[in-house]
Amino acid sequence: MATVAAVIASTHHPFYYRASTAPQDQRPPFAAEWIAKITAFRETLTRARPDVLVMVGSDHFHQLWLDNMPQFLVGHAEQYDANWYNEEREFGLPRMLLPGQRDLSWHILRQGLDAGFDLAFSNELRVDHSISCPIITLRPAADLPIVPIYTNIFAPPLPQPARFVQLGRAIREIVESWPSDLRVAIIGTGHLSLELGGPRQFGPHGPDPEFDARAVEWIAGGDIEGCLAEVTLDSLHTPGNATHGFMDFMLMMGVAGEGQRADYTDTVDLFHTMEAYFTWYPDGVPA
Amino acid sequence: MSKYLVNKFLFTVDRDPGLVERYRADPAGTVAWWEAERAGAILNCTAAEGSTWLEFTEQERSALAAHDYAGLFALGAHPFLTLTLFIAMFERDHDEPLGFQLEYARRLRQVSLPYPDITT
Repeated sequence: MATVAAVIASTHHPFYYRASTAPQDQRPPFAAEWIAKITAFRETLTRARPDVLVMVGSDHFHQLWLDNMPQFLVGHAEQYDANWYNEEREFGLPRMLLPGQRDLSWHILRQGLDAGFDLAFSNELRVDHSISCPIITLRPAADLPIVPIYTNIFAPPLPQPARFVQLGRAIREIVESWPSDLRVAIIGTGHLSLELGGPRQFGPHGPDPEFDARAVEWIAGGDIEGCLAEVTLDSLHTPGNATHGFMDFMLMMGVAGEGQRADYTDTVDLFHTMEAYFTWYPDGVPA
Repeated sequence: MSKYLVNKFLFTVDRDPGLVERYRADPAGTVAWWEAERAGAILNCTAAEGSTWLEFTEQERSALAAHDYAGLFALGAHPFLTLTLFIAMFERDHDEPLGFQLEYARRLRQVSLPYPDITT
């Protein structure tokens, strides 16, 4: 059966690509520290020697729209184009082409459906920065086949936080039951407190540093129970109007497992959001 | 109450470079044209198989025609769609980094929780 070589949870800041590739004199003042932290975080994936990446993210109204909105969708394509015109325009993201891993996509779909998750699927999916950004930060060679999984954290009605955790647990079990000798890293990206298009956007810190501190504790300590006791669909409005993206971190806590302390935790306090990076090694820390 | 249609306007304009420029230059004309010609288009369907019943409320039409992003926020338009499109149109008019985004936040500073419902 397949090995889960690493579980990684991260924010997906679309400004990183430009901040790290612009000429030195055009980079923001925090670029050097950010690049150093991303480089160290990347090493946590490299050390796990993955063959395949399961990538959990969320479409930001690119291919998925309000006339036909899935709650959870698994890509089942041979390849995935990445990034969209408005992401090139606003963030300078490059167009990318990522290879797919259809056998694992199919396994996740079949087993997920049989486990009670009514997963949607897509045979032609152009992924956005929620998936391309972690490729850029963690595997810039973009050489490994992926299985993208999209969640709806964006267009209410949303699934409950507990459902994200349950799906994460299921994904972990399903990947571990994949008849393959490949090493799979499960990577998911979301947000801590975040405000977009509201009065608290682009402040000197994230909109709710206190929430961010608690969130980092929950994630780093694998405290699913504590997190679920406090986080509801309603409560997530308070830290910032885009904070429902935190539920993708909760999904990844489900992948990592209750009580599982992250083997690697780091944060970067940027001007409008806190970046956070976590890695677990279910099979033990690689040498 | 047609938040969905307001979002559809923001979404379809935002993804089309020509429409972004057209809406910047002629907001009222673009909104009128779009409501007459494009509002009923079902994405992924042929023109003959569109919707026949979608229209803006007067408030929504006016807010879009006035580039009134604070008004759109109050009406429950999806904040991500509004922000993204308005950055595309107006960031270029500001010299300092994030100048437009910070002005946008200032325009909304009287807003308090709970924010307007964005459910469609």
